[in-house]
Amino acid sequence: MTIYIKGMGNISPQRTWGSDDLLSSPLSYAGDKLSCVEPDYASFIDAKQIRRMSRVIKMGIASAAMAMKEASVPMPDGIITATGYGCLEDTGVFLSKMVGNREEALNPTPFIQSTHNTIGSQIALLLQCQAYNQTYTHNAFSFENALLDAMLQLSEAPRRSLLAGGIDEITGQSHEIQSRFGIFRKQSNNSLQLFSERSGTFHGEGSAFFVLSGTPGENDIASVNALTSVYKPSYAELTEAVRNFLSQAGVTLTDVDLVLSGKSGDALSDGHINRVCGDLFTTTPVGAFKHLCGEYPVASAFGCWLAARMLKAQRVPEIVTPQYEGQQLKNILLINQYFGTHYSLILLKAC
Amino acid sequence: MVAGTGVISAIGNSLPETLHAFQQKKSGIGAITQLETLHKNVLPVGEVKLSTEQLAKITKQPTITRTALLGIHAAREAIASAGISSLKKWRTGLISATTVGGMDRTEDFFQPFLQNPSQGRLRDVVHHACGSTTELIAEAIGVNGFLSTINTACSSSVNSIMLASRLIRQGLLDVVVAGGTDALTKFTLNGFNSLMILDKEPCRPFDATRNGLNLGEGAGFLVLVSETVAAREKIEAICHVSGFANTNDAYHQTASSPEGRGSFAAMQQSLEVSGLSTDDIDYINLHGTGTVNNDQSEGTAINRLFSDKKPKLSSTKSFTGHTLGACGGIEAVFSVMAIRHGCVFPNLRFQQPMPELGIVPQVEFESGLKIRNVMSNSFGFGGNCSSIIFSQIQR
Repeated sequence: MTIYIKGMGNISPQRTWGSDDLLSSPLSYAGDKLSCVEPDYASFIDAKQIRRMSRVIKMGIASAAMAMKEASVPMPDGIITATGYGCLEDTGVFLSKMVGNREEALNPTPFIQSTHNTIGSQIALLLQCQAYNQTYTHNAFSFENALLDAMLQLSEAPRRSLLAGGIDEITGQSHEIQSRFGIFRKQSNNSLQLFSERSGTFHGEGSAFFVLSGTPGENDIASVNALTSVYKPSYAELTEAVRNFLSQAGVTLTDVDLVLSGKSGDALSDGHINRVCGDLFTTTPVGAFKHLCGEYPVASAFGCWLAARMLKAQRVPEIVTPQYEGQQLKNILLINQYFGTHYSLILLKAC
Repeated sequence: MVAGTGVISAIGNSLPETLHAFQQKKSGIGAITQLETLHKNVLPVGEVKLSTEQLAKITKQPTITRTALLGIHAAREAIASAGISSLKKWRTGLISATTVGGMDRTEDFFQPFLQNPSQGRLRDVVHHACGSTTELIAEAIGVNGFLSTINTACSSSVNSIMLASRLIRQGLLDVVVAGGTDALTKFTLNGFNSLMILDKEPCRPFDATRNGLNLGEGAGFLVLVSETVAAREKIEAICHVSGFANTNDAYHQTASSPEGRGSFAAMQQSLEVSGLSTDDIDYINLHGTGTVNNDQSEGTAINRLFSDKKPKLSSTKSFTGHTLGACGGIEAVFSVMAIRHGCVFPNLRFQQPMPELGIVPQVEFESGLKIRNVMSNSFGFGGNCSSIIFSQIQR
């Protein structure tokens, strides 16, 4: 099932909104996390409502609005949200108050806004969209689940326009807790140099929304032609999965013009994916993106945005890979991995 | 097609125990015994009558999160009842829903963590994410194909079954274990309490004097299979998922619209998908939480859709409490049970109809009925509304 990307909105640690520039001067961060470059939300949301909304909700609403604007779709026929951790800020506030106040005198607002579906439902509420509304929260398969759902629905009703996106936020508490697992690289002064060392990654966040339809049009940005997810594969199983995936999609290894790798900078996590890129794609340029957005459950949504923008622009920014030599860009294979356990493959084509 | 079902809730740890509780009209709602909370002797709940340690023992698991243990227990019963020789033979998926995930353990972590950010045992938060609950279940039941987790608040697990049906209909999977699980936690108990929608008495869904819900916990899973699998595995499925719909009320983050526009649309669209008319529905398993707002809104939508020819209907939350992300899965199991046994379940503690609606639910357990089509409703925060229809397979 081929689905067509009609519009995109991406709030990320890079300047990925508000101009046509594609990462010509990427932002570098010091420390172990990359936080989003956020827009002025007043142009997307009523001022009274902004005050009550956590960052993840605001980022979701604004990036969804950007995608709908680019697609010229004022009302989608469904909203599909993907988030690995949901609304962490409100969850943390309610949990902390509950523990601190010993279960007494609690304000319900953070509880109300803590459920994972708050982002998708706030978008629906603002748009008055009574159509299909779904929220996936399966770690680093969340965004892949959302795209698959869109494919299933668009194969039933190709003329529909669906709004689908992936979003996760960093909060003070979530960063503190995740840091204790020893997964983030300390003492870095340049996040763009993620791949110059071999241990740990950077904490990332972002919100990327897409307007998708089952029918092609003149202004399509790119198409998503196939996707799959693989849980805890051995190296042999992952290689097999990549081969099967491409052959089912009717694409050979050499048809792939660029592999966009979700390597994270941590040699242990990246083991399989680096080997696959080296063993299967011997002559194909391999680009990367997590030095731009950091590592988070729905980082593949950033990857998908980047692949689609490159296909539309027919250009690969230097920061993604210096290997690309400007031949025609028809097929991009996005291979993502998350801490060496969750792998996904998304095939995007130029329109 | 529905090949198997499994359930654990306040009224039983298995299908036979559950049916027995319905027959005996034995509610599972009572005082809190497992959860350490300030509300212990104040708020009644529908607890599963096993400690987390006991659950770990009977599921032969380490004491991971209660949510995962409940899910493992019910998913295993569903798989065993399906009688599939080997899940590995087929393209198998697990789609689970949960709203709390590993929150029961995260709560333990937060106390020391808030005192000092370097404190709190990391093993208490490692399974916090909703998706990790599903992965724990997947590993316990031996599924590593397609994995998905849904959290649309209280409508979550109907959406799992809906996705499973689509994946099978479109030929992408052969077998899907689909449903949901949620454990009682202090987080949700205090959350709903802060919203002032918890009844201090056992809940009275659809009654004029209803005064809120009781929280519950549990898990319910179905094993859905393609026709090919049913034929090859010689499974005599008794029903299939004939219709489903997911809509949004788009009215308010927590309140339902008075006219129930989202729930009306979900019920109506699920009928359209199934090709059935309102006359074909023999039983509605209501969302029926017992809150003033839900029951009024759902009842209004039912009156509008079914007018004066309403089927038998009841809220089984009067037995189990509101099990949040699990309720759609648990109530799907009940819906299949209604078709299999030709029975409908009582709506406990009902005395007088809501004056503005006049709806009288089923108050007795009744069997020996011909139940061809069952509609099950699940609605949630954020305006998420889902309805699903199970239909008897005609032979």
